Amino acid sequence: MPLLEHTACGLYCAAGDFHIDPWRPVDRAVITHAHADHARPGHARYLATPHAEGVLRNRLGAEVNLECVRYGEVRELNGVRVSLHPAGHVLGSAQVRVEHRGEVWVVSGDYKLDPDPTCVPFEPVRCHTFVTESTFGLPVYRWEDPSRIFATVNAWWQRNADAGRASVLFGYAFGKAQRLLAGVDAGIGPIFVHGAVEALNRVYREAGIDLPATQMVSEVERKFDYSRALIVAPPSAQGTPWLKRFGDYADGFASGWMAIRGAKKQRNVDLGLVLSDHADWPSLIRAIEATGAANIRVTHGSVPVMVRYLQERGLNAEALDTEFEGEGGAVS
Amino acid sequence: MKRFAQLFAELDSSTRTSDKTRALAEYFRAADAPDAAWAVWFLTGNRPRAAVKTTLLHAWAAEAAGLPDWLFAESYDAVGDLAETIALILPPPSAASDVSLASWVETRLLPLRSLDEPAQRAALLGYWNELAGTERFVFNKLITGGFRVGVSALLVQRSLAEVSGVDAKIIAHRLTGMWAPSAESYRRLMSPEGDAFDAAQPYPFFLAHPIEGDPAQLGDCADWQAEWKWDGIRGQLVKRQGGVHLWSRGEELISEQFPEILAAAAALPDGVYDGEILAVTRAGNEEKVRPFADLQKRLGRKHPGKKVLADTPVIFLAYDLLELEGEDWRPRPLHERRAQLHRLIYSLVIDPSGPRVLQLSDLVRAPSWETLALARQESRARGTEGLMLKQRDSAYGVGRTRGDWWKWKIEPWTLDCVLVYAQRGHGKRASLYTDYTFAIWKDTEAGGRELVPFAKAYSGLSDEEIAEVDAFIKKNTLEKFGPMRTVKPELVFELAFEGIQRSKRHKSGVAVRFPRMARIRRDKKIEDADTLSTILRMIDNPPMP
Repeated sequence: MPLLEHTACGLYCAAGDFHIDPWRPVDRAVITHAHADHARPGHARYLATPHAEGVLRNRLGAEVNLECVRYGEVRELNGVRVSLHPAGHVLGSAQVRVEHRGEVWVVSGDYKLDPDPTCVPFEPVRCHTFVTESTFGLPVYRWEDPSRIFATVNAWWQRNADAGRASVLFGYAFGKAQRLLAGVDAGIGPIFVHGAVEALNRVYREAGIDLPATQMVSEVERKFDYSRALIVAPPSAQGTPWLKRFGDYADGFASGWMAIRGAKKQRNVDLGLVLSDHADWPSLIRAIEATGAANIRVTHGSVPVMVRYLQERGLNAEALDTEFEGEGGAVS
Repeated sequence: MKRFAQLFAELDSSTRTSDKTRALAEYFRAADAPDAAWAVWFLTGNRPRAAVKTTLLHAWAAEAAGLPDWLFAESYDAVGDLAETIALILPPPSAASDVSLASWVETRLLPLRSLDEPAQRAALLGYWNELAGTERFVFNKLITGGFRVGVSALLVQRSLAEVSGVDAKIIAHRLTGMWAPSAESYRRLMSPEGDAFDAAQPYPFFLAHPIEGDPAQLGDCADWQAEWKWDGIRGQLVKRQGGVHLWSRGEELISEQFPEILAAAAALPDGVYDGEILAVTRAGNEEKVRPFADLQKRLGRKHPGKKVLADTPVIFLAYDLLELEGEDWRPRPLHERRAQLHRLIYSLVIDPSGPRVLQLSDLVRAPSWETLALARQESRARGTEGLMLKQRDSAYGVGRTRGDWWKWKIEPWTLDCVLVYAQRGHGKRASLYTDYTFAIWKDTEAGGRELVPFAKAYSGLSDEEIAEVDAFIKKNTLEKFGPMRTVKPELVFELAFEGIQRSKRHKSGVAVRFPRMARIRRDKKIEDADTLSTILRMIDNPPMP
C-alpha cells in the first residue's frame, strides 16, 4: 500500500491516519496553505504553519482546533514523521514531508520558485515520491523576472497618473494582492484597497511582512479624486458599480493566465499582467529535479501533459486524481 | 521593429479610440519614411503571403525549444494561435538587435520565401534568437501571413491626416488600391501637394449599415431611393485615360477575372462606376441572376476560358457614378448622379443581338413605406437579399459613415439543428469551445433516420451563452480527435442563414450561406430538429420573408 493514496475525502496517509488538504470533513487535516480550495471548513483537527494561522482563523473561525508547527519541525502522527517546508506560494504556505519506515513522500501543495518578499522562498526537499501541482504545466508558461514585471506595473501606473486616470489592479485578495502591494513603487501615488484585500493585509502586517500604507476605499469620502491612485481589488469587483467612484480608470488583471493573449482579451482589461504565485514550466521541471525523486505524482492542472513529459524523461510519473478538473483558466 | 512591436502592443492592449489614435500619431511622427511606409501597409490590412510552411515552423520551433512534437501540439491547442505559441515556447533570446522595420521586411522577411529549407531554417532560428516578447510574436505573425491588428483603416487614415495635415479623405483615396510601400510612396501619401496617383485608383467604397427596426424612422419615404440588394460582388469600374480597371470591395484588382465587363466598358465615357457584379443565366431575352456560389467560381479564375465565359456569364449592374470625365462627382447629390448614370447607360451603343453586360440597377418605386415593405417581400422570390435605401440628396461618402445608406435585409432563413461536434476557437476564444458543427435528420434506407452534419457556425452567441455551451461540451464529450470533440447530441440550436442550395460536396447534400446561431432552443428536444426533406422543400419553395 502506498504511503499516501487518493480517497473520496482527499489525499490520505493510512499509516499516520491523516489527510492532506482534504475536501470532505475528516478527523485530522494537514493544510498546505490557507487558500479556500486547500483549507476547507469542518475538520476536527488542523495542522499548519504559524504564518498560516492568521488567515486560517480568519477564514475558518477563531475557535478552530489548529496546531501549528514551524518550518522543518517534525511532528509524529501515529509513528509517521510529518514536517512542513516552505513552498513560496503565499504567506505560510508549505510542502508536506511524510516519512514512514525510511520512505519519504513530499506533497508540494501550490508553489513557486520566483522571489516574493511576502513569503519564505521555496525549499527543495529530497524525497522518494514527489506530489507536484501542475497548474501551469505547459511550456508556453514562462514568467519574467519579478523585477521586470514590477517595472511594467510601475510604468503603467505612472502613465495613467500622468494622464489623470486611476489605475485599478485586480488580483486575488489573499497572496496576489499583497505581493502586488509589496512590489509596486509607492512613491508614484496613494494606494487604496478593497475591504477584502485590507483584511488580509492586516494578517500580513501582523506576520511582520512590510507592506506600503494602504487605505480602504470604503473609508474614503465619495468625491475623492483618484486620478493618481492605485487601487488593488479582488477579481470579483470587475464590472461592478463599486468601480464607478474612481471616475476615468485603466484596469489590469494580475494572473499567470494573462500570458495568453486570448485569455487576456477574454478578461477585457487594459493591462494583462503576467504575475503568478504558481511555478511556470521551467520552475516545475527544476523543482521536480531538485527533489531527486524517482516517483512523481501529478495533480491540479495540466496533468496528462506533465505525466507524459516526465515519463519520457525516464521518471516514474502518474496522475493523482483530485476533485478539480481544471481546464484553461478554470482554477487559480 | 522594436518601435513597430511597441505600437502593436499599444494598439492591442487598449480599447479606447483616443489611446489608439495617440499611439498611431506618436509612431508616425517619429518613424523614418521607409519604416512608416511598411507600417501603413500592414496597419491598413495588407499582409505578406506566408513565407514558410506551417508544418516546418512547427518542427523548427519545437526543435529550437527542445520539446517533443506532441508537447508543441498540446501547447498550440491551449494557445490557439501558431505565431503566439512559437513566441511563447522558445527560450528567451540570447542575442539582441535593433533592426528597422523596413530592413526586417525587405532584407529578411520577403527573401525568406525564396530560400531553400536548410537556409530558411538557419535564418529563422537566428531571427527568433534576437527577438523577445511582442517583437517575436509580430515577426511570427508576419511570416505566417496572419498579421492583424485591432485598428480600423479609417483610424489609421485619420492619424495620418493628423500627422501630415492632409485631409483624411485624400489620404484614404491615395491609400486605395495598389499602394506599394516605399519611402517615396509614403512621402507622396503624406504630401500636401496635389494628387499624382495612378490612374487606376478606385475611390474608397461607401458602405451601408443594416437598418434596425422600422424604416419609417428615416422620415419621408419620398426622400429615399430604394433598389434591390443583390448578393454579388461589389465592384468599381475605373476608366481613365484609355485604361479600364475593375476593383472589388476588398480593393483587390479583379479585371482579369471578368474580361467581358472590361470589354463592355469600352463604350462608356471616362469615369468611375460603382455597381454589383452578378452571375446570370440567359435564355432568349430572359436573364436570371444566379446564386453567389456560381459567381465565386468566376472570381477564382484569372483569364477564364471560352467555356467558363459561356457557362457562367456575368453582368455589371451599375448603381452609382463617382467620377465623370476627370471630375469628382461624389459630392453631388445622389439623384443627380443617378440621373446622369441613367443617361449614360441608356445612350450606350449596343449590338442588339449581343448580351447586355452593363446594366442599370432598377429602382423600386413605392409611394409609402408600407408599399415598399410589400415589395420587399418579393426579395426572396427575386433572388435578392432585400432592399437598399439611399438618401436621395446624399453625397457619396467614405467608409462606414452612418445615416445615408442603409440595407434593409429580409429576415434570414432558420432551421433547428443539433450540436454534434465542437472545436476550440482562436485568439480571444482559444480556451473555449466556440466553433460548432450542427446536424439535421436524414431518412435512412432502412426506414429509420440519422443525424447528418450539415453546417458549421461560430457566431451569434453572447459570452455568457458561449460559457454555458462550453461547459456543456466539456461535460458531454463522447470522443476527442485532436482539437475536435464529438458531443452527445442533446442541445438544439436555431440556426439562421442567408441562402441555401444543393451541393454535391457536402454529405448532407445541401450547403448554406452565412450560417450563424440565432439562439439556443432549450425548449426543443433533438427529435424536434428539422429534417433534410424540409430543407429540400425550402430550396424548391422559398418561404416568404
